[in-house]
Amino acid sequence: MALRVLFFASLADITGTSEVELEASPNVTIGAVFATLAARFPLLEPHRKSILFARNSRYATPDTPVQDGDEIAFLPPVSGG
Amino acid sequence: MVQLVRERIDAKGLRERIARPEDGAVVLFEGTVRNHSGGRTVKHLEYHAYESMALQQLEEVREEALRTHAIRDIGIIHRLGTVHPGECSMAIVAVASHRAAAFEACRFAVDRIKSAVPIWKKEFYENGAVWVEGDTMGL
Repeated sequence: MALRVLFFASLADITGTSEVELEASPNVTIGAVFATLAARFPLLEPHRKSILFARNSRYATPDTPVQDGDEIAFLPPVSGG
Repeated sequence: MVQLVRERIDAKGLRERIARPEDGAVVLFEGTVRNHSGGRTVKHLEYHAYESMALQQLEEVREEALRTHAIRDIGIIHRLGTVHPGECSMAIVAVASHRAAAFEACRFAVDRIKSAVPIWKKEFYENGAVWVEGDTMGL
Protein backbone atom coordinates (compact mmCIF):
# COMPACT_ATOMS: atom_id res chain seq x y z
CA MET A 1 0.00 0.00 0.00
CA ALA A 2 1.10 3.54 -0.74
CA LEU A 3 1.77 6.08 2.01
CA ARG A 4 2.80 9.70 1.93
CA VAL A 5 5.12 10.62 4.78
CA LEU A 6 5.77 14.23 5.77
CA PHE A 7 8.72 15.62 7.76
CA PHE A 8 8.56 19.03 9.39
CA ALA A 9 11.01 21.63 10.69
CA SER A 10 14.23 20.07 12.07
CA LEU A 11 13.20 16.63 10.79
CA ALA A 12 12.97 17.96 7.23
CA ASP A 13 16.50 19.37 7.64
CA ILE A 14 17.77 16.04 8.97
CA THR A 15 16.30 13.98 6.14
CA GLY A 16 16.87 16.62 3.47
CA THR A 17 13.28 16.28 2.32
CA SER A 18 9.84 17.30 3.49
CA GLU A 19 7.99 14.42 1.90
CA VAL A 20 8.55 10.80 0.79
CA GLU A 21 6.30 8.28 -0.90
CA LEU A 22 6.54 4.89 0.74
CA GLU A 23 5.32 1.44 -0.26
CA ALA A 24 4.41 -0.41 2.94
CA SER A 25 3.08 -3.88 3.61
CA PRO A 26 -0.52 -4.18 4.85
CA ASN A 27 -1.31 -3.97 8.58
CA VAL A 28 1.74 -1.98 9.56
CA THR A 29 1.73 0.60 12.34
CA ILE A 30 3.11 4.11 12.41
CA GLY A 31 5.94 2.80 14.60
CA ALA A 32 6.89 0.35 11.84
CA VAL A 33 6.79 3.13 9.26
CA PHE A 34 9.13 5.15 11.45
CA ALA A 35 11.51 2.19 11.77
CA THR A 36 11.58 1.78 7.98
CA LEU A 37 12.41 5.46 7.51
CA ALA A 38 14.93 5.52 10.36
CA ALA A 39 16.78 2.78 8.45
CA ARG A 40 16.80 5.00 5.36
CA PHE A 41 17.64 8.19 7.32
CA PRO A 42 19.76 7.04 10.30
CA LEU A 43 19.92 10.57 11.76
CA LEU A 44 16.21 10.27 12.60
CA GLU A 45 16.71 7.56 15.20
CA PRO A 46 18.12 9.79 18.00
CA HIS A 47 14.94 11.90 17.77
CA ARG A 48 12.62 8.93 18.21
CA LYS A 49 11.58 9.82 21.76
CA SER A 50 10.68 13.42 21.05
CA ILE A 51 8.87 12.87 17.74
CA LEU A 52 5.08 13.16 17.66
CA PHE A 53 3.15 11.22 15.06
CA ALA A 54 0.12 12.18 13.03
CA ARG A 55 -2.12 10.19 10.70
CA ASN A 56 -4.23 12.18 8.25
CA SER A 57 -3.72 15.42 10.22
CA ARG A 58 -4.65 13.90 13.60
CA TYR A 59 -2.30 13.00 16.44
CA ALA A 60 -1.60 9.28 16.52
CA THR A 61 0.62 6.87 18.44
CA PRO A 62 3.27 4.37 17.31
CA ASP A 63 0.60 1.65 17.69
CA THR A 64 -1.82 3.35 15.29
CA PRO A 65 -2.40 1.16 12.19
CA VAL A 66 -1.98 2.82 8.82
CA GLN A 67 -4.08 2.31 5.70
CA ASP A 68 -3.52 2.63 1.99
CA GLY A 69 -3.40 6.28 0.94
CA ASP A 70 -2.72 7.62 4.45
CA GLU A 71 -0.73 10.78 5.04
CA ILE A 72 1.64 10.14 7.95
CA ALA A 73 3.56 13.00 9.54
CA PHE A 74 6.57 13.07 11.86
CA LEU A 75 6.55 16.17 14.02
CA PRO A 76 9.35 17.51 16.23
CA PRO A 77 8.25 19.20 19.49
CA VAL A 78 6.13 22.17 18.43
CA SER A 79 7.25 25.75 19.10
CA GLY A 80 4.53 28.07 17.85
CA GLY A 81 3.16 31.06 19.65
CA MET B 1 -12.68 31.97 14.30
CA VAL B 2 -9.16 30.57 13.82
CA GLN B 3 -6.76 31.61 11.08
CA LEU B 4 -3.23 31.13 9.79
CA VAL B 5 -1.96 34.21 7.93
CA ARG B 6 1.20 35.17 6.08
CA GLU B 7 0.76 38.92 6.35
CA ARG B 8 0.81 41.24 9.36
CA ILE B 9 -1.79 40.27 11.98
CA ASP B 10 -4.61 42.78 12.39
CA ALA B 11 -5.21 42.36 16.12
CA LYS B 12 -7.58 45.32 16.29
CA GLY B 13 -9.59 43.84 13.41
CA LEU B 14 -9.80 40.53 15.28
CA ARG B 15 -11.07 42.35 18.36
CA GLU B 16 -13.72 44.13 16.29
CA ARG B 17 -14.89 40.88 14.74
CA ILE B 18 -15.16 39.01 18.05
CA ALA B 19 -16.37 41.57 20.61
CA ARG B 20 -20.07 42.46 20.99
CA PRO B 21 -21.96 44.88 23.23
CA GLU B 22 -23.03 42.11 25.63
CA ASP B 23 -19.40 41.38 26.56
CA GLY B 24 -18.16 42.97 29.76
CA ALA B 25 -14.55 41.92 29.19
CA VAL B 26 -12.39 41.74 26.08
CA VAL B 27 -8.91 40.30 26.60
CA LEU B 28 -6.51 40.65 23.69
CA PHE B 29 -3.22 38.78 23.87
CA GLU B 30 -0.49 39.48 21.35
CA GLY B 31 2.59 37.26 21.23
CA THR B 32 5.41 39.31 19.73
CA VAL B 33 8.83 38.37 18.41
CA ARG B 34 11.71 39.17 20.79
CA ASN B 35 14.97 40.54 19.42
CA HIS B 36 16.99 38.27 21.68
CA SER B 37 17.06 34.61 22.66
CA GLY B 38 19.51 32.79 24.90
CA GLY B 39 21.89 35.76 24.80
CA ARG B 40 21.90 35.98 21.00
CA THR B 41 20.48 38.76 18.86
CA VAL B 42 17.54 37.54 16.79
CA LYS B 43 17.27 39.06 13.30
CA HIS B 44 13.98 37.43 12.46
CA LEU B 45 11.94 34.26 12.89
CA GLU B 46 10.43 31.93 10.37
CA TYR B 47 7.25 30.11 11.30
CA HIS B 48 6.39 26.88 9.51
CA ALA B 49 3.28 24.79 10.02
CA TYR B 50 1.63 21.55 9.06
CA GLU B 51 -1.19 23.75 7.90
CA SER B 52 -4.13 21.36 7.57
CA MET B 53 -3.41 19.86 10.98
CA ALA B 54 -2.57 23.22 12.60
CA LEU B 55 -5.97 24.61 11.57
CA GLN B 56 -7.76 21.58 13.00
CA GLN B 57 -5.75 21.81 16.21
CA LEU B 58 -6.40 25.55 16.54
CA GLU B 59 -10.11 24.85 16.15
CA GLU B 60 -9.87 22.18 18.87
CA VAL B 61 -8.12 24.65 21.18
CA ARG B 62 -10.91 27.15 20.49
CA GLU B 63 -13.64 24.59 21.17
CA GLU B 64 -11.93 23.39 24.34
CA ALA B 65 -11.57 26.98 25.59
CA LEU B 66 -15.29 27.55 24.95
CA ARG B 67 -16.19 24.30 26.72
CA THR B 68 -14.04 24.82 29.79
CA HIS B 69 -14.29 28.58 30.37
CA ALA B 70 -17.26 30.91 30.87
CA ILE B 71 -16.50 32.92 27.74
CA ARG B 72 -18.84 33.83 24.90
CA ASP B 73 -16.28 33.57 22.11
CA ILE B 74 -12.57 33.34 21.38
CA GLY B 75 -10.66 34.02 18.16
CA ILE B 76 -7.10 33.03 17.29
CA ILE B 77 -4.78 34.18 14.49
CA HIS B 78 -1.26 32.77 14.07
CA ARG B 79 1.22 34.14 11.57
CA LEU B 80 3.43 32.00 9.31
CA GLY B 81 6.55 32.86 7.31
CA THR B 82 9.08 35.54 8.18
CA VAL B 83 8.32 37.70 11.24
CA HIS B 84 10.60 40.46 12.55
CA PRO B 85 11.24 41.54 16.15
CA GLY B 86 8.41 43.63 17.55
CA GLU B 87 5.87 42.15 15.16
CA CYS B 88 2.94 40.09 16.32
CA SER B 89 3.21 36.34 15.72
CA MET B 90 -0.06 35.37 17.38
CA ALA B 91 -3.18 37.21 18.51
CA ILE B 92 -5.94 35.84 20.72
CA VAL B 93 -9.14 37.64 21.68
CA ALA B 94 -11.37 36.17 24.40
CA VAL B 95 -14.65 37.81 25.30
CA ALA B 96 -16.88 37.14 28.30
CA SER B 97 -19.39 38.74 30.61
CA HIS B 98 -16.70 38.96 33.29
CA ARG B 99 -12.94 39.44 33.16
CA ALA B 100 -11.68 36.39 35.05
CA ALA B 101 -12.92 33.90 32.46
CA ALA B 102 -11.58 35.99 29.58
CA PHE B 103 -8.10 36.27 31.14
CA GLU B 104 -8.03 32.56 31.97
CA ALA B 105 -9.26 31.46 28.55
CA CYS B 106 -6.56 33.54 26.86
CA ARG B 107 -3.84 31.97 28.98
CA PHE B 108 -5.30 28.50 28.41
CA ALA B 109 -5.31 29.01 24.62
CA VAL B 110 -1.71 30.29 24.53
CA ASP B 111 -0.49 27.35 26.59
CA ARG B 112 -2.37 24.81 24.45
CA ILE B 113 -1.16 26.36 21.21
CA LYS B 114 2.44 26.25 22.40
CA SER B 115 2.21 22.57 23.29
CA ALA B 116 -0.22 21.04 20.78
CA VAL B 117 -0.48 22.95 17.50
CA PRO B 118 2.01 21.81 14.81
CA ILE B 119 3.76 25.13 14.21
CA TRP B 120 7.54 25.59 14.50
CA LYS B 121 9.77 28.61 14.61
CA LYS B 122 13.32 28.96 13.37
CA GLU B 123 15.43 31.72 14.90
CA PHE B 124 17.81 33.54 12.58
CA TYR B 125 20.89 35.23 14.10
CA GLU B 126 23.84 37.14 12.60
CA ASN B 127 25.58 33.80 12.15
CA GLY B 128 23.27 30.90 11.58
CA ALA B 129 19.81 29.73 12.43
CA VAL B 130 18.27 27.21 14.84
CA TRP B 131 14.91 25.45 15.00
CA VAL B 132 13.29 26.05 18.36
CA GLU B 133 11.83 22.90 19.89
CA GLY B 134 9.18 23.32 22.51
CA ASP B 135 7.70 21.43 25.37
CA THR B 136 5.24 18.72 24.40
CA MET B 137 4.43 17.62 27.90
CA GLY B 138 0.79 16.78 28.27
CA LEU B 139 0.39 15.19 24.86
